[in-house]
Amino acid sequence: MTAHAETIRSLRVEHITKRFPGVIACSDISLSVGQGEILALVGENGAGKTTLMNILMGLYTPDEGKIYLNDEPVSFRSPADALACGIGMVHQQYMLVPDLTVLENVALGMQNALSMEEGKGRGRNRMKTDVRAVRTKIEEISSLYGLKVDPDAYIWQISVGEQQRVELIKTLCMGARFLILDEPTSALTPQETDDLIQLLRRMSSKLSIIFISHKLSEVKALCDTMVILRGGQLVYSGKTADHSAADIAELMTGHTVNLSMNRPALNVGQDMLVVKDLCVRGDRGHLALDHLNLSIRAGEIVGLAGVSGNGQRELAEALTGLRGIVSGSMVLDGQELQGKSPLDIISCGMGYIPEERNIEGIVPSMSIRENLVLKDIGTPAFSRRGLLKNKTIDHNAKSLCETFDVRCPGTETAAGSLSGGNIQKVILAREIARSPKFLIAVYPIRGLDMGAAEFIHRQLLDLRDSGVGILLISEEMEEVMDLSDRIAVIFKGKIQKVLEKSEANQRKLGILMAGVEEFDEAV
Amino acid sequence: MKRFKLWYRCGVVLLSVLVALAIAAVILTVLGANVLDTFRVIFVYPFSSIKNISGVINIMIPLSLVGIGICIAYRSGIVNIGGEGQMIMGLTLALVVALNVGEMPRALAIPLVLLSGMIGGGVWGAIPGILKTRFQVSELLSTVMLNYIASQFYSYCLRVPMLDPSVAGGSGDPQTVRLSESLWLSRMNQLFPSLDKNMRFHSGILIAIVLALIVFLFMWKTPAGFKMRAAGASERAARYGGINVKNYVVLAILLSGACCGLAGTVEVLGVHHRGLGNVSGGYGFSGIVVALFGGLHPLGVLPAAFFFAVISYGCNSLQINKIPLPGNTIDVLMGLVILVIVSAQMIISNKYIMYRAERWVRAHLLRAGKERA
Repeated sequence: MTAHAETIRSLRVEHITKRFPGVIACSDISLSVGQGEILALVGENGAGKTTLMNILMGLYTPDEGKIYLNDEPVSFRSPADALACGIGMVHQQYMLVPDLTVLENVALGMQNALSMEEGKGRGRNRMKTDVRAVRTKIEEISSLYGLKVDPDAYIWQISVGEQQRVELIKTLCMGARFLILDEPTSALTPQETDDLIQLLRRMSSKLSIIFISHKLSEVKALCDTMVILRGGQLVYSGKTADHSAADIAELMTGHTVNLSMNRPALNVGQDMLVVKDLCVRGDRGHLALDHLNLSIRAGEIVGLAGVSGNGQRELAEALTGLRGIVSGSMVLDGQELQGKSPLDIISCGMGYIPEERNIEGIVPSMSIRENLVLKDIGTPAFSRRGLLKNKTIDHNAKSLCETFDVRCPGTETAAGSLSGGNIQKVILAREIARSPKFLIAVYPIRGLDMGAAEFIHRQLLDLRDSGVGILLISEEMEEVMDLSDRIAVIFKGKIQKVLEKSEANQRKLGILMAGVEEFDEAV
Repeated sequence: MKRFKLWYRCGVVLLSVLVALAIAAVILTVLGANVLDTFRVIFVYPFSSIKNISGVINIMIPLSLVGIGICIAYRSGIVNIGGEGQMIMGLTLALVVALNVGEMPRALAIPLVLLSGMIGGGVWGAIPGILKTRFQVSELLSTVMLNYIASQFYSYCLRVPMLDPSVAGGSGDPQTVRLSESLWLSRMNQLFPSLDKNMRFHSGILIAIVLALIVFLFMWKTPAGFKMRAAGASERAARYGGINVKNYVVLAILLSGACCGLAGTVEVLGVHHRGLGNVSGGYGFSGIVVALFGGLHPLGVLPAAFFFAVISYGCNSLQINKIPLPGNTIDVLMGLVILVIVSAQMIISNKYIMYRAERWVRAHLLRAGKERA
């Protein structure tokens, strides 16, 4: 066997600099990972994490600096080069084919890897993948690292957590002995996150890992050492244990961050939204909401906690008129919403921050200024006698971008080209500028860095204090517990229980989310 | 980076033209034609006289009208391959009206006939839109199928109810009687007597230019156009924004069909002055390529249509110029040119390929240059 099967004892990156027109994405960054080490790479969006990893994977070549593998200088020209040296990456978005089985997905990734190992020996048949060899390999890898999967399950059948294990196995089968994980927990439930952290810790006895994240609790739980990037520069490199979560947050953002922003609601009024016996069908025709009851008052935030897939999406879509309902009633400030079109519901004062901000919350190919008036384009505010008032639209965009700190080259920029945080700010700006009576916010900070998340949370709290009722749908228990005045737990399309903020804690919520109703007995 | 982009685009276009010419040269050589003479006829001859330019513009008119229509549909998220059928149904209805208006002032009769052409095409276009939004029937399927129905229906109309009595029973191609001269669209030199007498293209070009402007204003400066573009760019986001996507999709393909119907009508009133077989001349299909080549923008369609008209006119002039090629070679050459141009455009708009090319150029060419320096 050649050098590429050698264990990776150390990976060093020295003085890496990468410039793009107008920005220095990475400036003189050095880091090193030893055998069996888990290094956390922490930083806000745009801090240079992705650029650095793309350099490690051979997608970019650095302008300056060198990469050393086992103290020998290496240069990668493509991800295949990096993989040949044993460096593999699992991306934030899984690259799996839903209609193929686990085995087939792994085989798809392994075709290249196999050809490298066996090409010369047997005159490999290009037309045929050796499925049996792939199966053996999967079994070998999964028993070695304790990664349990069913090779014959289809991807669409398995949960997000299992899909991630498949990604890990795929990368390992392709010969990776050094893993880069890009925000691996962003789509996982709290339970799955715990499992992953356990798993990674076990795996670290056999390989090294770079763990990219901006969830500080995970970083502290999993990693001994960390590197913090800010604005393309390395601002901290050292032990995780030396710093508290608040310190790390401060290093990341460059200013003090209030990790907890919770303040009591002052301005709670009458019932704003009342949902009674709501039944809604999901995409597969089952009852996704089953006689759901919930009421939310003006000036309070009700957090809807639950493992995703328990009816959250259907509830949000039913309330906004995007999904028809089977039975029940939804009353917003005295107006029945059932049977109304999305446009009618919007004009009743319903605001909505959707789950998929990139494709539902904005029209990606249209400009920021157009997206900011998406819901109001036909109203007299932005059109007169059938023509758009372009000046008003421009003015509206400029002032909203300023108020909401949307960082963009200009308001003509396509909204889809912005970062997640800025897209969310555009959506939030539009929804708040319409002065809604009620706002549904679904995963409002998923995947955002701390600065953006803090900004969004502050806006939501301000909105609440101005007397708007807010339904906050989230899987992040910390977010729900921090922002909500009351917490409703949803399970299988029903509200398990509604807790006052004072009676809620992580353990109680976790048990309720798992579907156990009488938690006192269960503990 | 900016400078590279420009070089890159020019390079790709140049390369694709060379590729097209090279392939064409091989075909022409095999067929025994003189390669240079053939190219001269295709690309230079159309500009050689005002008469020829007029001929080019006459082809450009229906191409651009169809192209504009296709833009509306594409931008609104529905693919319209039914331009051909909508042209035919438009001109059929227009013929019905034109043959029955009797004595009516020209200023009233021509708009009436044009309008009926738009209604015919629009209704025919709305059918696949309704089928798509109500029953999830793919418009790719329904528009193509409706083309066949339209074409056979028109053929029937020509042969039975609208047949010119003077050719009845004869062996000639079926056609209608000639329309009364007051319905013909004026030629440009009639409209503006000061123009050269060889400026024989008809005033449909004015209709095309005005329509392009109107569609541009409609799509980009009105709320309805905004909603149609939003629906086309992201159906989910449009629905989320309170836009009734279904209605706007139907409206979009209705307007698209109306433009195609107008194209057919203008072709009849401007060129043939009667209904006869093959009026649509495949414009309904080449209009799709024109629309794509024009960047799916009504104002981009005009130059794109002109360009295609040049090639088409050039290819059709091969016989007159005594280039010994079988007639069908023209279609082969045109298809080839279109294929290469469209591929080049796809390569130009693909950022990844551009990125790879830039890397390659920097790694190989620039380094060599530096070393030499």
